[in-house]
Amino acid sequence: MSEPASPWDVATAQLDTRGLLCPLPVIRTQNRIKELAAGAVLDVVATDPGALHDIPAWCRVHGHEFVCSQQIEREIWIRVRVRRH
Amino acid sequence: MLAARVVMEEGVEVEGLNFFTGFCVEGHTHAIRAKDQVKPKRNNALWVAEQLGIKLHIIDISQPYKDVVLNPKHGYGANLNPCLDCKIFMVNQAQAWGFMEENDCDFIITGEVVGQRPKSQRRETMPLIAKESGAHDRLLRPLTALNLPPTLPERMGWVNREHLFGFHGRNRKPQMALAERFGFSEYAQPAGGCCFLTDARYSSKLADLWQARGERDYSLDDIMLLKIGRHVRPAANFKLIIGREEGENNYLEGYRKQFVHLRSVSHAGPLALIDGKPTAHDIDLAARIVARYGQGRDADLVTISAHHPDGVVEQLQVAPIPVHEMNSAWHV
Repeated sequence: MSEPASPWDVATAQLDTRGLLCPLPVIRTQNRIKELAAGAVLDVVATDPGALHDIPAWCRVHGHEFVCSQQIEREIWIRVRVRRH
Repeated sequence: MLAARVVMEEGVEVEGLNFFTGFCVEGHTHAIRAKDQVKPKRNNALWVAEQLGIKLHIIDISQPYKDVVLNPKHGYGANLNPCLDCKIFMVNQAQAWGFMEENDCDFIITGEVVGQRPKSQRRETMPLIAKESGAHDRLLRPLTALNLPPTLPERMGWVNREHLFGFHGRNRKPQMALAERFGFSEYAQPAGGCCFLTDARYSSKLADLWQARGERDYSLDDIMLLKIGRHVRPAANFKLIIGREEGENNYLEGYRKQFVHLRSVSHAGPLALIDGKPTAHDIDLAARIVARYGQGRDADLVTISAHHPDGVVEQLQVAPIPVHEMNSAWHV
Protein backbone atom coordinates (compact mmCIF):
# COMPACT_ATOMS: atom_id res chain seq x y z
CA MET A 1 0.00 0.00 0.00
CA SER A 2 1.23 3.52 -0.76
CA GLU A 3 1.98 6.02 2.00
CA PRO A 4 -1.34 7.52 3.13
CA ALA A 5 -1.79 11.31 3.17
CA SER A 6 -3.35 12.80 6.28
CA PRO A 7 -6.23 15.25 5.68
CA TRP A 8 -4.84 17.60 8.35
CA ASP A 9 -1.73 19.66 8.99
CA VAL A 10 1.48 17.81 9.85
CA ALA A 11 1.32 15.62 12.95
CA THR A 12 4.16 14.44 15.17
CA ALA A 13 3.63 10.87 14.06
CA GLN A 14 1.48 8.80 11.76
CA LEU A 15 0.30 5.23 12.13
CA ASP A 16 -1.01 3.10 9.27
CA THR A 17 -3.42 0.37 10.42
CA ARG A 18 -5.19 -0.11 7.10
CA GLY A 19 -6.30 -3.69 6.53
CA LEU A 20 -6.18 -4.52 10.24
CA LEU A 21 -9.31 -5.38 12.15
CA CYS A 22 -10.14 -4.24 15.67
CA PRO A 23 -8.70 -4.52 18.18
CA LEU A 24 -5.38 -4.43 16.28
CA PRO A 25 -5.69 -0.72 15.30
CA VAL A 26 -6.30 0.07 18.98
CA ILE A 27 -3.36 -2.08 20.10
CA ARG A 28 -1.04 -0.45 17.57
CA THR A 29 -2.26 3.00 18.65
CA GLN A 30 -1.75 2.12 22.32
CA ASN A 31 1.79 0.89 21.65
CA ARG A 32 2.70 3.88 19.46
CA ILE A 33 1.41 6.37 22.02
CA LYS A 34 3.65 4.80 24.67
CA GLU A 35 6.62 5.88 22.55
CA LEU A 36 5.44 9.49 22.21
CA ALA A 37 5.94 12.37 24.60
CA ALA A 38 3.09 14.36 26.15
CA GLY A 39 1.78 16.94 23.68
CA ALA A 40 2.63 14.88 20.61
CA VAL A 41 -0.04 14.51 17.94
CA LEU A 42 -0.63 11.12 16.32
CA ASP A 43 -2.65 10.57 13.15
CA VAL A 44 -3.99 7.03 12.77
CA VAL A 45 -5.43 5.75 9.50
CA ALA A 46 -7.63 2.65 9.57
CA THR A 47 -10.07 0.83 7.34
CA ASP A 48 -11.97 -0.99 10.11
CA PRO A 49 -15.04 1.11 10.99
CA GLY A 50 -14.71 -0.16 14.56
CA ALA A 51 -11.62 2.02 14.98
CA LEU A 52 -13.82 5.09 14.79
CA HIS A 53 -15.40 4.07 18.06
CA ASP A 54 -12.64 2.12 19.76
CA ILE A 55 -9.70 4.52 19.44
CA PRO A 56 -11.61 7.47 20.96
CA ALA A 57 -12.87 5.12 23.70
CA TRP A 58 -9.31 3.97 24.41
CA CYS A 59 -8.22 7.63 24.57
CA ARG A 60 -10.97 8.39 27.07
CA VAL A 61 -10.02 5.58 29.44
CA HIS A 62 -6.34 6.51 29.31
CA GLY A 63 -6.81 10.28 29.51
CA HIS A 64 -5.46 11.09 26.04
CA GLU A 65 -7.25 13.55 23.80
CA PHE A 66 -9.22 12.41 20.79
CA VAL A 67 -8.96 15.53 18.61
CA CYS A 68 -11.01 14.71 15.51
CA SER A 69 -11.76 12.13 12.87
CA GLN A 70 -12.54 12.13 9.19
CA GLN A 71 -13.61 9.42 6.79
CA ILE A 72 -12.28 9.59 3.23
CA GLU A 73 -13.92 6.84 1.20
CA ARG A 74 -12.95 3.64 3.06
CA GLU A 75 -10.14 5.23 5.03
CA ILE A 76 -10.80 6.55 8.50
CA TRP A 77 -8.44 9.16 9.92
CA ILE A 78 -8.25 9.73 13.65
CA ARG A 79 -6.15 12.40 15.32
CA VAL A 80 -5.04 11.92 18.93
CA ARG A 81 -3.07 14.24 21.21
CA VAL A 82 -0.93 12.50 23.82
CA ARG A 83 -1.50 13.62 27.38
CA ARG A 84 0.55 12.66 30.43
CA HIS A 85 1.38 8.93 30.62
CA MET B 1 -17.12 -6.07 35.19
CA LEU B 2 -18.73 -7.31 38.42
CA ALA B 3 -15.51 -8.76 39.84
CA ALA B 4 -13.67 -5.51 39.17
CA ARG B 5 -16.43 -3.46 40.75
CA VAL B 6 -16.55 -5.68 43.86
CA VAL B 7 -12.83 -5.16 44.42
CA MET B 8 -13.05 -1.44 43.63
CA GLU B 9 -15.64 -1.20 46.40
CA GLU B 10 -12.88 -2.35 48.76
CA GLY B 11 -10.85 0.71 47.83
CA VAL B 12 -8.50 -1.18 45.53
CA GLU B 13 -7.26 0.49 42.35
CA VAL B 14 -8.06 -1.79 39.42
CA GLU B 15 -6.76 -1.79 35.84
CA GLY B 16 -8.19 -4.03 33.13
CA LEU B 17 -6.34 -6.38 30.83
CA ASN B 18 -7.82 -7.63 27.60
CA PHE B 19 -5.93 -10.21 25.55
CA PHE B 20 -6.05 -10.44 21.78
CA THR B 21 -5.53 -14.06 20.70
CA GLY B 22 -6.52 -13.73 17.04
CA PHE B 23 -9.61 -15.84 17.68
CA CYS B 24 -11.68 -13.10 19.30
CA VAL B 25 -15.20 -12.94 17.91
CA GLU B 26 -16.20 -9.37 18.51
CA GLY B 27 -14.75 -6.60 16.42
CA HIS B 28 -13.66 -8.61 13.43
CA THR B 29 -16.95 -10.19 12.61
CA HIS B 30 -18.79 -6.94 13.15
CA ALA B 31 -16.39 -4.96 11.03
CA ILE B 32 -16.22 -7.15 7.97
CA ARG B 33 -19.69 -7.92 6.79
CA ALA B 34 -21.61 -5.12 5.12
CA LYS B 35 -24.83 -6.23 6.83
CA ASP B 36 -23.15 -5.64 10.19
CA GLN B 37 -22.14 -2.09 9.34
CA VAL B 38 -25.44 -0.78 10.67
CA LYS B 39 -24.93 -2.41 14.08
CA PRO B 40 -23.26 -0.24 16.69
CA LYS B 41 -19.58 -1.19 16.93
CA ARG B 42 -17.87 -1.17 20.22
CA ASN B 43 -15.14 -3.09 21.91
CA ASN B 44 -16.89 -4.57 24.94
CA ALA B 45 -13.78 -4.54 27.11
CA LEU B 46 -13.24 -0.84 26.41
CA TRP B 47 -16.88 -0.17 27.06
CA VAL B 48 -16.71 -1.94 30.42
CA ALA B 49 -13.56 0.00 31.34
CA GLU B 50 -15.36 3.24 30.58
CA GLN B 51 -18.33 2.23 32.72
CA LEU B 52 -16.02 1.40 35.61
CA GLY B 53 -13.74 4.38 35.08
CA ILE B 54 -10.61 2.23 34.91
CA LYS B 55 -7.75 1.94 32.45
CA LEU B 56 -7.80 -0.95 30.02
CA HIS B 57 -4.66 -2.39 28.44
CA ILE B 58 -5.21 -4.47 25.32
CA ILE B 59 -2.38 -6.93 24.84
CA ASP B 60 -1.58 -8.82 21.67
CA ILE B 61 -0.71 -12.38 22.68
CA SER B 62 -1.51 -13.90 19.29
CA GLN B 63 2.01 -15.20 18.71
CA PRO B 64 2.72 -16.93 22.04
CA TYR B 65 -0.90 -18.09 22.11
CA LYS B 66 -0.17 -20.41 19.19
CA ASP B 67 1.49 -22.85 21.53
CA VAL B 68 -1.68 -22.96 23.63
CA VAL B 69 -3.80 -23.80 20.58
CA LEU B 70 -1.36 -26.27 19.05
CA ASN B 71 -0.18 -28.08 22.19
CA PRO B 72 -2.79 -27.82 24.93
CA LYS B 73 -1.54 -29.76 27.94
CA HIS B 74 -5.09 -30.24 29.21
CA GLY B 75 -6.62 -30.97 25.82
CA TYR B 76 -9.48 -29.46 23.88
CA GLY B 77 -13.13 -28.89 24.72
CA ALA B 78 -15.94 -29.87 22.35
CA ASN B 79 -14.11 -28.25 19.43
CA LEU B 80 -10.53 -26.93 19.13
CA ASN B 81 -11.01 -24.77 22.23
CA PRO B 82 -8.20 -25.29 24.74
CA CYS B 83 -10.16 -23.49 27.47
CA LEU B 84 -8.23 -24.62 30.53
CA ASP B 85 -4.81 -24.02 28.99
CA CYS B 86 -6.11 -20.69 27.70
CA LYS B 87 -7.18 -19.61 31.16
CA ILE B 88 -3.87 -20.68 32.68
CA PHE B 89 -1.98 -18.84 29.96
CA MET B 90 -3.98 -15.63 30.34
CA VAL B 91 -3.60 -15.54 34.11
CA ASN B 92 0.11 -16.16 33.58
CA GLN B 93 0.27 -13.27 31.11
CA ALA B 94 -1.70 -11.05 33.47
CA GLN B 95 0.73 -11.91 36.21
CA ALA B 96 3.72 -11.19 33.97
CA TRP B 97 2.24 -7.83 33.02
CA GLY B 98 0.99 -6.88 36.46
CA PHE B 99 4.12 -7.70 38.37
CA MET B 100 6.38 -5.73 36.02
CA GLU B 101 8.00 -2.89 37.90
CA GLU B 102 6.24 -0.13 35.94
CA ASN B 103 2.82 -1.69 36.51
CA ASP B 104 3.37 -2.63 40.16
CA CYS B 105 0.25 -4.70 40.82
CA ASP B 106 -0.29 -6.72 43.99
CA PHE B 107 -2.77 -9.32 42.81
CA ILE B 108 -4.92 -10.48 39.91
CA ILE B 109 -8.69 -10.77 39.81
CA THR B 110 -10.87 -12.66 37.37
CA GLY B 111 -14.62 -13.01 37.02
CA GLU B 112 -14.50 -16.81 37.21
CA VAL B 113 -17.23 -18.67 39.06
CA VAL B 114 -16.99 -22.29 40.22
CA GLY B 115 -19.14 -24.53 38.04
CA GLN B 116 -19.91 -21.87 35.48
CA ARG B 117 -18.01 -23.40 32.56
CA PRO B 118 -17.68 -27.15 31.96
CA LYS B 119 -13.98 -27.17 31.11
CA SER B 120 -12.18 -24.32 32.79
CA GLN B 121 -14.34 -23.23 35.71
CA ARG B 122 -14.77 -26.36 37.79
CA ARG B 123 -13.98 -26.67 41.47
CA GLU B 124 -10.94 -28.83 40.74
CA THR B 125 -9.58 -26.59 37.95
CA MET B 126 -9.64 -23.36 39.97
CA PRO B 127 -6.59 -24.27 42.10
CA LEU B 128 -4.92 -25.75 39.01
CA ILE B 129 -5.18 -22.41 37.19
CA ALA B 130 -3.76 -20.58 40.19
CA LYS B 131 -0.88 -23.05 40.46
CA GLU B 132 0.05 -23.58 36.82
CA SER B 133 -0.22 -19.89 35.93
CA GLY B 134 2.27 -19.11 38.68
CA ALA B 135 -0.13 -16.65 40.30
CA HIS B 136 -0.81 -18.99 43.25
CA ASP B 137 -2.58 -17.16 46.07
CA ARG B 138 -2.32 -13.79 44.33
CA LEU B 139 -5.24 -14.86 42.13
CA LEU B 140 -8.56 -13.71 43.59
CA ARG B 141 -11.98 -14.60 42.17
CA PRO B 142 -14.23 -12.17 44.04
CA LEU B 143 -17.50 -13.62 42.72
CA THR B 144 -16.80 -17.16 43.93
CA ALA B 145 -14.17 -16.55 46.64
CA LEU B 146 -16.27 -18.06 49.42
CA ASN B 147 -16.09 -21.43 47.64
CA LEU B 148 -12.29 -21.34 47.69
CA PRO B 149 -9.56 -21.01 50.33
CA PRO B 150 -8.64 -17.44 51.34
CA THR B 151 -6.10 -15.84 49.02
CA LEU B 152 -3.27 -13.46 49.88
CA PRO B 153 -5.33 -10.26 49.34
CA GLU B 154 -7.93 -11.63 51.76
CA ARG B 155 -5.39 -12.76 54.37
CA MET B 156 -3.55 -9.45 54.16
CA GLY B 157 -6.80 -7.54 54.59
CA TRP B 158 -6.48 -5.75 51.24
CA VAL B 159 -10.02 -6.95 50.61
CA ASN B 160 -12.53 -8.08 53.17
CA ARG B 161 -13.51 -11.70 52.54
CA GLU B 162 -16.89 -11.03 54.09
CA HIS B 163 -17.63 -8.64 51.22
CA LEU B 164 -16.90 -11.27 48.58
CA PHE B 165 -19.32 -13.79 47.09
CA GLY B 166 -19.90 -17.53 46.84
CA PHE B 167 -21.57 -17.74 43.44
CA HIS B 168 -21.46 -21.16 41.83
CA GLY B 169 -22.98 -23.03 38.92
CA ARG B 170 -24.39 -21.91 35.61
CA ASN B 171 -27.24 -19.87 37.01
CA ARG B 172 -26.61 -16.18 36.26
CA LYS B 173 -29.33 -14.77 38.48
CA PRO B 174 -27.00 -13.86 41.38
CA GLN B 175 -24.71 -12.00 38.98
CA MET B 176 -27.69 -10.21 37.45
CA ALA B 177 -28.91 -9.22 40.89
CA LEU B 178 -25.46 -7.90 41.76
CA ALA B 179 -25.35 -5.99 38.48
CA GLU B 180 -28.65 -4.41 39.40
CA ARG B 181 -27.32 -3.51 42.85
CA PHE B 182 -24.39 -1.75 41.21
CA GLY B 183 -26.72 0.03 38.79
CA PHE B 184 -25.45 -1.77 35.69
CA SER B 185 -28.45 -1.78 33.38
CA GLU B 186 -26.41 -2.92 30.39
CA TYR B 187 -23.63 -5.46 30.29
CA ALA B 188 -21.81 -7.58 27.73
CA GLN B 189 -22.86 -11.14 26.91
CA PRO B 190 -23.21 -13.04 30.17
CA ALA B 191 -21.06 -16.03 29.18
CA GLY B 192 -18.69 -17.40 26.59
CA GLY B 193 -19.20 -16.91 22.88
CA CYS B 194 -16.19 -14.66 22.55
CA CYS B 195 -13.80 -17.16 20.97
CA PHE B 196 -14.03 -18.65 17.49
CA LEU B 197 -12.35 -21.84 18.70
CA THR B 198 -15.56 -22.81 20.50
CA ASP B 199 -17.38 -22.68 17.15
CA ALA B 200 -17.74 -26.07 15.42
CA ARG B 201 -17.65 -24.63 11.88
CA TYR B 202 -14.60 -22.54 12.60
CA SER B 203 -12.77 -25.44 14.26
CA SER B 204 -13.58 -27.63 11.28
CA LYS B 205 -11.98 -25.05 8.96
CA LEU B 206 -8.88 -24.88 11.14
CA ALA B 207 -8.59 -28.68 11.20
CA ASP B 208 -8.98 -28.72 7.41
CA LEU B 209 -6.18 -26.17 7.07
CA TRP B 210 -3.86 -28.30 9.18
CA GLN B 211 -4.74 -31.43 7.24
CA ALA B 212 -4.27 -29.79 3.84
CA ARG B 213 -0.88 -28.38 4.77
CA GLY B 214 0.30 -31.52 6.51
CA GLU B 215 1.26 -29.64 9.66
CA ARG B 216 -0.43 -28.13 12.68
CA ASP B 217 0.54 -24.50 12.34
CA TYR B 218 -1.07 -21.19 11.37
CA SER B 219 -0.34 -17.53 10.77
CA LEU B 220 -2.46 -14.62 11.94
CA ASP B 221 -3.62 -14.14 8.32
CA ASP B 222 -4.70 -17.79 8.19
CA ILE B 223 -6.93 -17.54 11.23
CA MET B 224 -8.38 -14.20 10.11
CA LEU B 225 -9.27 -15.64 6.71
CA LEU B 226 -11.00 -18.62 8.34
CA LYS B 227 -13.53 -16.10 9.67
CA ILE B 228 -14.34 -14.78 6.22
CA GLY B 229 -16.27 -16.05 3.23
CA ARG B 230 -17.32 -19.39 1.89
CA HIS B 231 -14.51 -21.98 2.05
CA VAL B 232 -14.67 -24.59 -0.70
CA ARG B 233 -12.04 -27.32 -1.06
CA PRO B 234 -12.49 -29.28 -4.30
CA ALA B 235 -9.09 -30.98 -3.92
CA ALA B 236 -6.47 -31.54 -1.27
CA ASN B 237 -4.01 -29.11 -2.91
CA PHE B 238 -6.19 -26.00 -2.95
CA LYS B 239 -9.27 -24.33 -1.57
CA LEU B 240 -11.28 -21.29 -2.51
CA ILE B 241 -12.22 -18.47 -0.16
CA ILE B 242 -15.18 -16.77 -1.81
CA GLY B 243 -16.58 -13.46 -0.56
CA ARG B 244 -20.25 -13.73 0.35
CA GLU B 245 -21.03 -10.06 0.13
CA GLU B 246 -19.50 -6.64 -0.42
CA GLY B 247 -17.93 -6.28 3.02
CA GLU B 248 -16.18 -9.63 2.73
CA ASN B 249 -15.06 -8.88 -0.84
CA ASN B 250 -13.55 -5.62 0.39
CA TYR B 251 -11.73 -7.43 3.17
CA LEU B 252 -10.40 -10.11 0.80
CA GLU B 253 -9.08 -7.34 -1.49
CA GLY B 254 -6.43 -6.73 1.16
CA TYR B 255 -5.08 -10.26 0.64
CA ARG B 256 -5.35 -10.51 -3.14
CA LYS B 257 -1.64 -9.97 -3.84
CA GLN B 258 -0.68 -12.96 -1.68
CA PHE B 259 -2.89 -15.45 -3.55
CA VAL B 260 -4.04 -16.41 -7.01
CA HIS B 261 -7.36 -14.59 -7.06
CA LEU B 262 -10.39 -14.76 -9.31
CA ARG B 263 -12.80 -12.06 -10.42
CA SER B 264 -15.92 -12.26 -12.50
CA VAL B 265 -15.50 -9.99 -15.54
CA SER B 266 -18.62 -10.50 -17.63
CA HIS B 267 -21.08 -10.49 -14.72
CA ALA B 268 -21.16 -9.11 -11.20
CA GLY B 269 -19.65 -11.67 -8.85
CA PRO B 270 -17.54 -12.26 -5.78
CA LEU B 271 -13.82 -11.98 -5.28
CA ALA B 272 -12.24 -15.35 -4.54
CA LEU B 273 -8.78 -16.25 -3.27
CA ILE B 274 -7.17 -19.61 -4.02
CA ASP B 275 -5.22 -20.93 -1.06
CA GLY B 276 -2.75 -23.69 -1.92
CA LYS B 277 -0.93 -24.78 -5.06
CA PRO B 278 -3.48 -25.05 -7.85
CA THR B 279 -2.66 -26.48 -11.28
CA ALA B 280 -4.03 -24.88 -14.48
CA HIS B 281 -6.84 -27.46 -14.39
CA ASP B 282 -7.59 -26.53 -10.77
CA ILE B 283 -7.82 -22.84 -11.67
CA ASP B 284 -10.30 -23.70 -14.40
CA LEU B 285 -12.43 -25.66 -11.91
CA ALA B 286 -12.10 -22.82 -9.39
CA ALA B 287 -13.31 -20.34 -12.03
CA ARG B 288 -16.36 -22.50 -12.70
CA ILE B 289 -17.15 -22.56 -8.99
CA VAL B 290 -16.73 -18.80 -8.66
CA ALA B 291 -19.01 -18.28 -11.69
CA ARG B 292 -21.69 -20.21 -9.83
CA TYR B 293 -21.71 -17.66 -7.02
CA GLY B 294 -22.09 -14.61 -9.30
CA GLN B 295 -24.86 -13.05 -11.36
CA GLY B 296 -23.82 -15.21 -14.32
CA ARG B 297 -24.75 -18.46 -12.57
CA ASP B 298 -27.42 -19.18 -15.22
CA ALA B 299 -25.37 -18.00 -18.22
CA ASP B 300 -23.79 -20.45 -20.69
CA LEU B 301 -20.39 -18.85 -20.29
CA VAL B 302 -18.89 -16.46 -17.77
CA THR B 303 -15.59 -14.63 -18.15
CA ILE B 304 -13.42 -14.95 -15.08
CA SER B 305 -10.01 -13.34 -14.71
CA ALA B 306 -7.34 -15.24 -12.80
CA HIS B 307 -4.70 -12.98 -11.29
CA HIS B 308 -1.40 -14.54 -10.25
CA PRO B 309 0.86 -13.07 -7.56
CA ASP B 310 3.56 -12.47 -10.23
CA GLY B 311 1.21 -10.09 -12.08
CA VAL B 312 0.12 -12.48 -14.86
CA VAL B 313 -3.60 -12.27 -15.61
CA GLU B 314 -5.50 -14.96 -17.52
CA GLN B 315 -8.98 -14.58 -18.98
CA LEU B 316 -11.02 -17.75 -18.69
CA GLN B 317 -14.32 -18.50 -20.43
CA VAL B 318 -16.08 -21.03 -18.24
CA ALA B 319 -19.47 -22.63 -17.78
CA PRO B 320 -20.71 -22.14 -14.20
CA ILE B 321 -20.56 -25.43 -12.36
CA PRO B 322 -24.06 -26.91 -12.01
CA VAL B 323 -25.47 -27.64 -8.57
CA HIS B 324 -25.31 -31.41 -8.99
CA GLU B 325 -21.56 -31.24 -9.68
CA MET B 326 -20.88 -29.28 -6.50
CA ASN B 327 -19.85 -32.00 -4.08
CA SER B 328 -21.26 -31.13 -0.67
CA ALA B 329 -18.04 -32.44 0.92
CA TRP B 330 -16.18 -29.58 -0.75
CA HIS B 331 -17.75 -27.10 1.68
CA VAL B 332 -15.32 -26.84 4.56
